[in-house]
Amino acid sequence: MMTIIQWILLGAALFSVGLYGVLTRRNAVLVLASVEIMLAAVNINLVAFDTYLSDPAYTGQIFALFVIALAAAEVGVGIAIILMIFRNRHSVDVDELDLMRY
Amino acid sequence: MIDYHAILPEIILALTVLAVLVTDLVTKDKYYAAVVGMAGLFATMIPLLTLALCDDLAGCSGELPRVLFGGSYVVDQYAVVLKAVFVFAVFIALLLAVAYLESDRYYEGEFYFLLLAAALGGVVMSSSRDFLTLIIGLELVSGPGFLLAGWRKGDERSNEAALKFFIIGVTGLALLLMGVSLVYGITGTQLFAELAATPQAIVDEPVFALGLLFVLLGFTFKISAVPFHVWTPDVYEGAPTPVGAWLSVGSKTAGFVGLLTVCYLAFPQVSNLWGPALWLAAILSMTVGNFVAIQQTNVVRLLGYSSIAQAGFILAPFGAAAAAGADLQQAFAASVTYLVIYAVMNLGAFGVVIAVGTRLKTYELADWSGMYRWSAGLAILVGAFFLSLAGIPPLAGWFAKLAMFSATIAVGDIWGYSIAVVAALNTVVALVYYTKVVKTAFFDPVPDTIDVAALEGMDVAPPMQLALGITAVLVLVLGVFPGLVSTLAQYSSEVVTAAGL
Repeated sequence: MMTIIQWILLGAALFSVGLYGVLTRRNAVLVLASVEIMLAAVNINLVAFDTYLSDPAYTGQIFALFVIALAAAEVGVGIAIILMIFRNRHSVDVDELDLMRY
Repeated sequence: MIDYHAILPEIILALTVLAVLVTDLVTKDKYYAAVVGMAGLFATMIPLLTLALCDDLAGCSGELPRVLFGGSYVVDQYAVVLKAVFVFAVFIALLLAVAYLESDRYYEGEFYFLLLAAALGGVVMSSSRDFLTLIIGLELVSGPGFLLAGWRKGDERSNEAALKFFIIGVTGLALLLMGVSLVYGITGTQLFAELAATPQAIVDEPVFALGLLFVLLGFTFKISAVPFHVWTPDVYEGAPTPVGAWLSVGSKTAGFVGLLTVCYLAFPQVSNLWGPALWLAAILSMTVGNFVAIQQTNVVRLLGYSSIAQAGFILAPFGAAAAAGADLQQAFAASVTYLVIYAVMNLGAFGVVIAVGTRLKTYELADWSGMYRWSAGLAILVGAFFLSLAGIPPLAGWFAKLAMFSATIAVGDIWGYSIAVVAALNTVVALVYYTKVVKTAFFDPVPDTIDVAALEGMDVAPPMQLALGITAVLVLVLGVFPGLVSTLAQYSSEVVTAAGL
């Protein structure tokens, strides 16, 4: 029997891993993947809380469905932008995107 | 039974979005897609007006607020005013975009489609009274924004702007969602009205505060408040300038709508937590935005930093009132006043920057020298909009500043007075760079590299003339008759959590 604490720790850990990935990864595709990990952590949280609260309206689970749809839309947009950059520069290294600063 | 009159603006706007896409498919002249879009925007304004004036109309029953879908969607005075701001902002952005897109080979129909979809997101956000609807609306504003920022596909600056905006936006979304999941976990609801009624025992839990912190972080990304502002000038500079105009007004207003509604309606009982946070963000945004703006040589970047500073001014009354525990309604009205006036004058400022930019093909301030010699009209408009942003009477900006100062001073306390002093100092700093632009345009000699005769011969495209005309007239009218906008803001401060519950 798993308790709510274990699920929330999993969610928090995944979220931290994702945030760490966003901040440190240099490849844009991996940054995108890290964001997806953060959103997955949110889903775990939502569903875990929903079951824990035995929410009669299933708010958490429905919310999770919407988050999945949002995440899919974000990936679509993100991959389109990354592809566009790859065509122009033949690289998706985010550190090289420094034409504009200050 | 669904109150169709209440959601008629959304329905019309959604149909317009689809109609634009279809027009783009069936016509060769993509200009028509924009015409359809504008017709749709006018049609959207009609139900907004009938909703606002329902009491005075024959055959119209039911008054505001109208509560729909179990309290998750409320059309109240605040929502109607903000919806009108979004429709106005996208209308001006559309006018600016038409001339810009026609000037070169860009995808047009898709552009209008995405722009209007973003406006629909803003309109939905204004009425959202639960987190789910709010976040869907927010993403409908942001998603098209990412794509529009990268519209100049071959331009590496535009690519860079799109990716920066995307990564920042999505990270902000993830933080916001994490906060919402934590708040949901501890309270068991995501409806604002129920959150506001959370028992004190639950509010005292640290998880509640953590969730609130994540939610605030998510929104600070959107309104580009310090310390999450670094993306703003880069995105405005890299993106096509009409998109910069939309992002600086539409996208930013969406962030403010989210932040203000969430703070005011969902978390009023913990204003001692988010109040000081917003107060600090306001002070930092004004100071950092203004001081960095002074050093800018590119006009679009200058407007980017100026919009960061203006975000600080918008937040100031609300943050100070919440931090001091004073009455929030007046501060709320002051913030909305500032937001509405900012929308008008910033669209105008971007409009004139685009008009000059399409002639000069550069946004460097040095090349603007002596604009008065080759186009007196544009130079005067530069003067009008930039001095309005600086807050000089009789242009609309002064009243925004006045409302902001009187609301912060009315708060009293150390919170109110301190932020009023900081804002006053910042207004002076802001005057330096706004007047620098105006001085350059009017009094500096024309550089040798600029061919005055060729520039004199060029006309401003008709849609752009219309956009500049509307914003210029509004900046003057709102400055001379500020009662209009303050009535609007007072009206909009009648925010209702959910009367049905």
